[in-house]
Amino acid sequence: MFDRLVLLPVGLDGTHASPALGLLWLALVASGLYHGINPGMGWPLAVSAGLLDKSPRALFRALWALAAGHLLATLLVLLPFAFLLVLAEWQRPIQIGASLLVIGFGVYRLIDRRHPRALARIPPTQLALWSFAVAIAHGAALMLVPIYLGLCQAFELDAGHEAAGALMQANLGMAVLVSLVHVTAMVGAGGCLAWLVYRHLGLKFVSRSWFNLDAVWATSLVVVGAVALAFNLVSWR
Amino acid sequence: MTMRPDPTFHASPKLAMEAPAENFAYTLLLSPDFSKPDALAVIDVKPGSPTYSQIVHTVTMPNKGDESHHFGWNACSSALSPLAGHAFVERRYLIIPGLRSSRIYIIDTKPDPTKAKIHKIIEPEEVFKKTGYSRPHTIHCGPDGIYVSTLGGGGKDGTNGPPGVFIMDCETFEVLGRWEIDRGPQTRHYDFWWNLPRDYMVTSEWALPPQFENGIVPEDLLANKYGHHLHFWDLRARRNVQTIDLGANHQMALEVRPAHDPVREYGFVGVVVDTTNLEASIWTWWREGGKFHAEKTATIPPEPAPKEKLPPLLQGFGAVPPLVTDIDLSMDDRFLYVSCWGTGEMRQYDVSDPRKPKLAGSVHIGGIARRTPHPNGKAFAAGPQMVEISRDGRRVYWTNSLYSTWDDQFYPEGVPGVEVMANVGRNGGLELDKNYFVSFPDGYRAHQIRLEGGDCSTDSFCYPSV
Repeated sequence: MFDRLVLLPVGLDGTHASPALGLLWLALVASGLYHGINPGMGWPLAVSAGLLDKSPRALFRALWALAAGHLLATLLVLLPFAFLLVLAEWQRPIQIGASLLVIGFGVYRLIDRRHPRALARIPPTQLALWSFAVAIAHGAALMLVPIYLGLCQAFELDAGHEAAGALMQANLGMAVLVSLVHVTAMVGAGGCLAWLVYRHLGLKFVSRSWFNLDAVWATSLVVVGAVALAFNLVSWR
Repeated sequence: MTMRPDPTFHASPKLAMEAPAENFAYTLLLSPDFSKPDALAVIDVKPGSPTYSQIVHTVTMPNKGDESHHFGWNACSSALSPLAGHAFVERRYLIIPGLRSSRIYIIDTKPDPTKAKIHKIIEPEEVFKKTGYSRPHTIHCGPDGIYVSTLGGGGKDGTNGPPGVFIMDCETFEVLGRWEIDRGPQTRHYDFWWNLPRDYMVTSEWALPPQFENGIVPEDLLANKYGHHLHFWDLRARRNVQTIDLGANHQMALEVRPAHDPVREYGFVGVVVDTTNLEASIWTWWREGGKFHAEKTATIPPEPAPKEKLPPLLQGFGAVPPLVTDIDLSMDDRFLYVSCWGTGEMRQYDVSDPRKPKLAGSVHIGGIARRTPHPNGKAFAAGPQMVEISRDGRRVYWTNSLYSTWDDQFYPEGVPGVEVMANVGRNGGLELDKNYFVSFPDGYRAHQIRLEGGDCSTDSFCYPSV
């Protein structure tokens, strides 16, 4: 399994490489960068931590906590799909169902803009929990599901011939890989921004750079779901 | 809902100080005999303006007898809290709590302060029903809603259950419910504030409604039955974690002023009177090793006065107690302003070393015995009371009324509403501005002041000044 995974990110595996595959990896990294620069996913917390403790170390500690929470949320959302995909003949309905789920959540976020009040109860000392709860509540992890399913599909065209156990292993491996790539991109982008503000740009940047992404975020969910749905419907025919 | 954070939200106290100065001051006008409705006056404070130091707009309430107290904004710099993750509300609405009626007014200050108008009225029944509290007193804008402190519990006289804090939505103004989950030994309430990133709240104690609504009760005061505790809370867990008794003789612990810079884990509280010697005192509280501590760090002595200069309430004592009724901390946490409402003095302490306040400036105006006039020659009834500091720390504004029935006991000759301003020197020192003197319409007293774009007792911050 792992020799195959090693080849995945660069798309060098000759038998499976395709333009769509490259796009999926690109989308995965882009989603990470997007979540990373969104202040709502926590980079200003790292700035605040660094400044309050007067130490860059505190900034990096906060980033680790944020990454851990986001990673856990992503894995938690992807894993059920990894198991579901073992039902190989149900792959398309699963993919279509997942796309509809993501679209539905996006539409819900567009209509109901309120932020869950429970988030306000998490103390600032529990950044990992905060990051986890925010990623779940805002559908950050859900946004990755169509990309994940697309990647699983691209690499398991011959899924029907594989044993369920091996398939499950491959799906789980892919879930871990997708989560890691996403969170690395996210922490990379958020961390760079946090560091720039902490060291060079100053606190004015916090309020200046902060755009209301509520509508954009909800629309992103709808778009990701819709694109996945379109691909599935086209390739199904 | 906005696309960018409100330009009057600032990440740190330092950025708040650097922002443009205030152009307007909002001041509450109270009808002490409840014959007229209370009102909100909008005052022009822009130097050089043709209407400088004049009321340019008045919002009159539709009810009488509200006796509105420490009003505040629906949102402030705390909205930039990185934990809340959502900074897109406007600093737009003033929330005015009626201490006597339990009614709450929401005033819309946009598109222009001179066109401010009533946006919504929350009737007392809604507050009673949803919170079990009564007599809302102080408003603070939190990252997750508007926090309102109350002085009364349920029932007609507000003694059915302890008073506390409730939360309102900062956009719909819906009363959401009680804040406390575990109040510990807290049974009285007055002021509150917090350190957001350090996640604690501090509350103080004045009195229960029967002890203040019809005037100060001298027997209760001499029996040390007014509040004398500080309560420290886990802000997000909503639990009382520690209570400090300042000592029963330290009656009425009022305004709580934490350092604005969240790196500094200390603050101040003023005590109105020590019943053993009539002294007023300033206390410093701080957190160290996970525990809170408090100690008396400054005292202000009473001033002897002949009987004929004293109201009946004080004639037996032969002295004027300073009566520290309000304190306010400058945005850079350097100067603490202390209103001595009895002796008629505004003191400025340098609190760079928070446990060693140094008197840095003082002006006398009004006072029970001194009756110092304003430098412009006009009379100033009562003494300095509600004090507000401009964000840049250069101007200090204050009014003269405490509370209708208490005004009448300490200043039986009447307390016509006045608002004055003092300029602050670069390195301290305080001088009354001859050109700033707001007199209000007949029959009105003046209470809390709020400054356009935020002031030193409004905004709280999640990032330190760097």
